[in-house]
Amino acid sequence: MSKNNNSTMRQNGQSARLPRKRFYRARAHSNPLSDSHFPIPISPADVDYSQHYPHFFPSERSDHDNGSTPTPKIRFADIGCGFGGLLVGLSPLFPDTLMIGMELRDKVTEYVKERILALRAANPGRYENISVVRTNSMKYIPNYFEKGQLSKMFFLFPDPHFKEKNHRRRVISLQLLDEYAYALEVGGIIYTITDVEELGDWMRSCLEDHPMFKAVPEEELEADLVVKLLSFATEEGQKVARNGGQTFRAVYRRIMLEDG
Amino acid sequence: MEENLIEKGESSREGEVAPALIAIHPRDKSAVVAVGPELRVYDIAGNCPISLSDDSGGPSHSESIRAIGFGANGSVFASAGDDKLVKIWMPDSWHCTKTVYAEKRVSAVAVSRNGQHVVFADKFGLVWAIALGEGDEGQAPIDNKAVPILGHYCSIVTSLKFSPDGRFIVSADRDFKIRITVFPKRPLKGAHEIQSFCLGHTDFVSCLAFACPIDYPQGFLLSGGGDSTVHLWDFVSGRLLHTCDFGAQAGLVNSNGTEMEGGSAVIDSGCIFDKCSLHGIILLNCDFSARTLSIAKVVTMEESYVPTSLGLSDLPKHLWMVMGVSNIPTLGTTKLLSRVRVVSGFQKDPSDSCVHNAIIMGDGEIPGGEELLEKLQGSLDVAEEEVTLAATAAAVKTSMHNLLIKKQYSVEKRELQKRSRNDKKLKQ
Repeated sequence: MSKNNNSTMRQNGQSARLPRKRFYRARAHSNPLSDSHFPIPISPADVDYSQHYPHFFPSERSDHDNGSTPTPKIRFADIGCGFGGLLVGLSPLFPDTLMIGMELRDKVTEYVKERILALRAANPGRYENISVVRTNSMKYIPNYFEKGQLSKMFFLFPDPHFKEKNHRRRVISLQLLDEYAYALEVGGIIYTITDVEELGDWMRSCLEDHPMFKAVPEEELEADLVVKLLSFATEEGQKVARNGGQTFRAVYRRIMLEDG
Repeated sequence: MEENLIEKGESSREGEVAPALIAIHPRDKSAVVAVGPELRVYDIAGNCPISLSDDSGGPSHSESIRAIGFGANGSVFASAGDDKLVKIWMPDSWHCTKTVYAEKRVSAVAVSRNGQHVVFADKFGLVWAIALGEGDEGQAPIDNKAVPILGHYCSIVTSLKFSPDGRFIVSADRDFKIRITVFPKRPLKGAHEIQSFCLGHTDFVSCLAFACPIDYPQGFLLSGGGDSTVHLWDFVSGRLLHTCDFGAQAGLVNSNGTEMEGGSAVIDSGCIFDKCSLHGIILLNCDFSARTLSIAKVVTMEESYVPTSLGLSDLPKHLWMVMGVSNIPTLGTTKLLSRVRVVSGFQKDPSDSCVHNAIIMGDGEIPGGEELLEKLQGSLDVAEEEVTLAATAAAVKTSMHNLLIKKQYSVEKRELQKRSRNDKKLKQ
């Protein structure tokens, strides 16, 4: 896809050109356990929305004084967004919803940033609602989102970490689900998909065991537009489909904790 | 030089020392000092040293104790540390009733308000619960087994505290975070519901304390950290109410202990700094109606005295301090020494000026007198050992630094690391 667009947009100039993956060679993994040395917002109030979504936050006017319209907040988070395929797919479906991709690998984040800028330049007025940030979402979810801020969270084709000693590096775990449940509003949905059966079982059992998540019934999934994107929108998903691989999906809803 | 420091920190646990800790019974009945693997108890009420007995069937502490604490009005005492043992003591008779094996080294411990559970945190950021007594309803008590209830993602949990009403458990970590979690009725099933996060520190959080004035029974949370600030929080909402920054005033670096006394309108918080620019404690004044913190008094001590831990009872007359370390690598002394000091002048009187009377007591004047000091310090003439004290201060500082502060690499060193990577793709 990037190839075709690239040739047609060449005349638009430098900024409109989609970035090419070959210049963003990144390693497949990054250690989530290591100390992070990139900037992290101290709290959700510190997240600079105008930098991410200039269209929704036009310039730094004195918006603070006339708080007539409530400022929009990020509602979707794609954790480990990779090359950003899902964000690009979701953007036109929810043009008024702010979404963010979170990626730990520096170069991949750079690529997504460039990709979004190029898409915005080539399609004025579109793709204004997506952005990306380099962060370790296993550590810093509460630094970006307030309690109950998100309505959807995506975990598509995460790192499987097969070895048992590395299971604690998996992005879905019973402990981390506490934090995801905190960031999700009641009724919010967590989407997970993988092509690794073992990881699929793991993610499903974590979600099943967590008292604040409940499986979304199959018929609801069929009506959900987003579900269709899970397996085909991302680069990783396309690769699996190309190779005729199987995928394992677990979609759960955040529910109130029953007392007791 | 910097490189040396880094390598030392990475290589092994050599040079890693544990600061001495002090805990005071909530009813002023006894004082406990932990130095290295030793637990020293003095019965203040009965005025005699206490020898501990152990009928839990488990081993006794063999490595540095990292966390101690009374709970449930002093009916339970817990100690834990680097030997991965969590020992639970009954302070009435000072015998150990339970020894639980942890999987990792333990960094913090707390007893629930009702005395039914002991929670502890390990160095991998997991928080575990142990049921005392009969355990939860409908659940067989799992003997000597701890159950993980929540986790900070691979960050060292530095402090654990229960809220005054016992509804929440608060955990602080070295990644600047304070997490407020609802402590469920059946904790062994996990504490999944996060009430809030208190975010505002810009370095590790080292200590937590609650202040519970009469007009605000829910209480306020105070936290101190490596950014040399103390924050005042509305912990239920996670809202930062006020910040008291010491760095600006005194050029200090790390506070590593806070203890609170919840009075009618004033609370005093002592903060210990392990940077030697201050040898003493700072007492804070908290105005609850205005929700602000201010420095009430700075109590300075002799040059080489840097307290490593503070202790207060529920209705304190005295603020207890200890300075000590599990071992001093450079000196190679075998006897574990510590130095206990006491600040008096905390008697509550209605006027706000009470802390201004705060003075350091002489060794003869403190409760328990010299007998107490002999027990808790290990020797009476520690005060003379200037060299030891200075070395202690230095060792604690280095160790805290290695343990809690993120390693910073210079640009050159990073470049060097990148260049020596063997998986790099060469540019065409």
